[in-house]
Amino acid sequence: MAQMTMIQAITDALRIELKNDENVLVFGEDVGQNGGVFRATEGLQDQFGEDRVFDTPLAESGIGGLAFGLAMQGFRPVPEIQFFGFVYEAMDAISGQIARIRYRSGGTQNAPITIRSPFGGGVHTPELHADSLEGLMAQQPGLKVVIPSTPYDAKGLLLASIRDNDPVVFLEHMKLYRSFRAEVPEEEYTIELGKADVKREGSDVTLVAYGAMVHSCLKAAEELEKDGIQAEVIDLRTVMPIDFETVLKSVEKTNRVVVVQEAQRQAGMASHIIAEIQEKAILHLEAPVLRVAAPDTVYAFTQAEEVWLPNYNDIIERVNQVINF
Amino acid sequence: MKRTLENIEDQFETFQILNEDGKIINEDAMPDLSDDELKELMHRMVYTRILDQRSIALNRQGRLGFYAPTAGQEASQLGTQYALEKEDFILPAYRDVPQIIWHGLPLYQAFLFSRGHYHGNQFPEGVNALSPQIIIGAQYVQTAGVALGMKKRGQKSVAITYTGDGGTSQGDFYEGMNFAGAYKAPAIFVVQNNHFAISVPVEKQTAAKTLAQKAVAAGIEGIQVDGMDVLAVYAATKDARERAVNGEGPTLIETLTYRYGPHTMAGDDPTRYRTEDLDSEWEKKDPLVRFRKFLENKGLWSEDEENKVIDKAKDEIKAAIKKADEYPKQKVTDLMENMYEELPAHLQEQMEEYKAKESK
Repeated sequence: MAQMTMIQAITDALRIELKNDENVLVFGEDVGQNGGVFRATEGLQDQFGEDRVFDTPLAESGIGGLAFGLAMQGFRPVPEIQFFGFVYEAMDAISGQIARIRYRSGGTQNAPITIRSPFGGGVHTPELHADSLEGLMAQQPGLKVVIPSTPYDAKGLLLASIRDNDPVVFLEHMKLYRSFRAEVPEEEYTIELGKADVKREGSDVTLVAYGAMVHSCLKAAEELEKDGIQAEVIDLRTVMPIDFETVLKSVEKTNRVVVVQEAQRQAGMASHIIAEIQEKAILHLEAPVLRVAAPDTVYAFTQAEEVWLPNYNDIIERVNQVINF
Repeated sequence: MKRTLENIEDQFETFQILNEDGKIINEDAMPDLSDDELKELMHRMVYTRILDQRSIALNRQGRLGFYAPTAGQEASQLGTQYALEKEDFILPAYRDVPQIIWHGLPLYQAFLFSRGHYHGNQFPEGVNALSPQIIIGAQYVQTAGVALGMKKRGQKSVAITYTGDGGTSQGDFYEGMNFAGAYKAPAIFVVQNNHFAISVPVEKQTAAKTLAQKAVAAGIEGIQVDGMDVLAVYAATKDARERAVNGEGPTLIETLTYRYGPHTMAGDDPTRYRTEDLDSEWEKKDPLVRFRKFLENKGLWSEDEENKVIDKAKDEIKAAIKKADEYPKQKVTDLMENMYEELPAHLQEQMEEYKAKESK
């Protein structure tokens, strides 16, 4: 076991798969000599050469189209979108093309592409650098959307994503990149996509989250424990598809749920999760399922960021509401 | 079979008026600027260099937010802006804050923009510009729209936009030039080729020898200019502006330049992708050094004069940062108020919730 940050775990996964599979190609803006603006690809060009790890011209739609074309040639591309707010430039490549090729070809062609990208707020980036757009991605049939919350998960989920034969959008929360270290096996392992992880067991309320909000839930759970409330924290790990089996099992146990997302409230993942819970488990519920989400404005880059972002106090407030309903 | 690439590339020579020693090498192209105007250009370059130094320091102290250093690019930025009229419209990229400051944006608002405060982007009446664009190249297509609008309204003005060498790889770059060309719209497209898109050198960005030649496919005029020579930059922009307002269509101007600092202040380390030799090679071409020599030889500039500008810049920057500090901090409810013309019901509800939070 080694102690790794999430960014190190990601680099480690990329290194392993570049070594395992000669069809894996890593490319994007500044990923070569510079090692990526967050250093996720640090040292990979030196180790594997410019044929396998390379800089692209500056064009996100170009990166998406290039990945698609390389996939048609049997490669397994792992492109990076430098900041996920830039994905709008690549939306046709991703949603209009990559996500649809399996269907469009009647199952004869596929695009085993893993699009990696930093996202999420709290690190004082400028406009269009911190937006949580996982809901937008989850709304594109044909894509899988993976969001790790720990170094261990990041490595196993990234290896599983690269090996998956469907396109995956792999979102890396910027605040988690270097915020803590944790034990990560040096050998390779995968974590099945579409399987949630119970990060903390509890009997009184279920907290459903993913990404950085998993940690806010864990902090809230610690505080709630002081008041005798046992919160179960479910880390979805994959928001498309979602492991509702694990969620519903927990709901049947706790009968109370709060769904937490960093993204804006409108039309987000939480709405979808809550709809599914009430369709399948309404008779198990003792209280309405509540949401913690950001307000419906553009991301509050730089100023008012800390107030805008949901935090553990917001979670505690909602938990108390469902407990005291 | 007739191939054309070689013939085209050879036609794009670098336009220069003032060489590195501060000597005029192209007398015929010398723009018609009075002594006072020449001094004003130098004043602006010195001022902007100080503004860059102070902005970097303020960023390091945590008193500014997002900042993209400008030193090295003063001639490209200010030479183009100086050729404009007040009614011309600027669509800047994130490094192009100096142009909108000299176009009339108060300094304290530029600082508020850096801090992500919406008031930084509430431009005073008569400052014809957009706030700096974050998405690479998006402003290029928008420029075609602004320019076409000017043409439809019969205005004798131009829309000018800026991107870097990296920006020329975006689809928006071609789309903007092509649209403006097709409509013969009064647009000026500036590429400040500082040779690195964050870490990626321009040689890896494109197979084209020059970026100016990219105008050819769009059917518009293109010129490559020494971007460290403020007189050449000014003359090329003035010429592009005249042709544009006379209905002769858009121009692409590539300025060859260099940013001395990092890409932004958010952790970029240029030593990972640039050599010290290259840095010093470009520092020898410095736009301030050569223009200073030129003016000194004409008896128009002195150390005393320069110090006066530096003091004035420092005083004004100090006052502006104070004013920015005094401006009320942005709240989440401010964001809500600026989302729609009328607040929808769901936001009204959230507004109450956040007002309560903010008053705690």
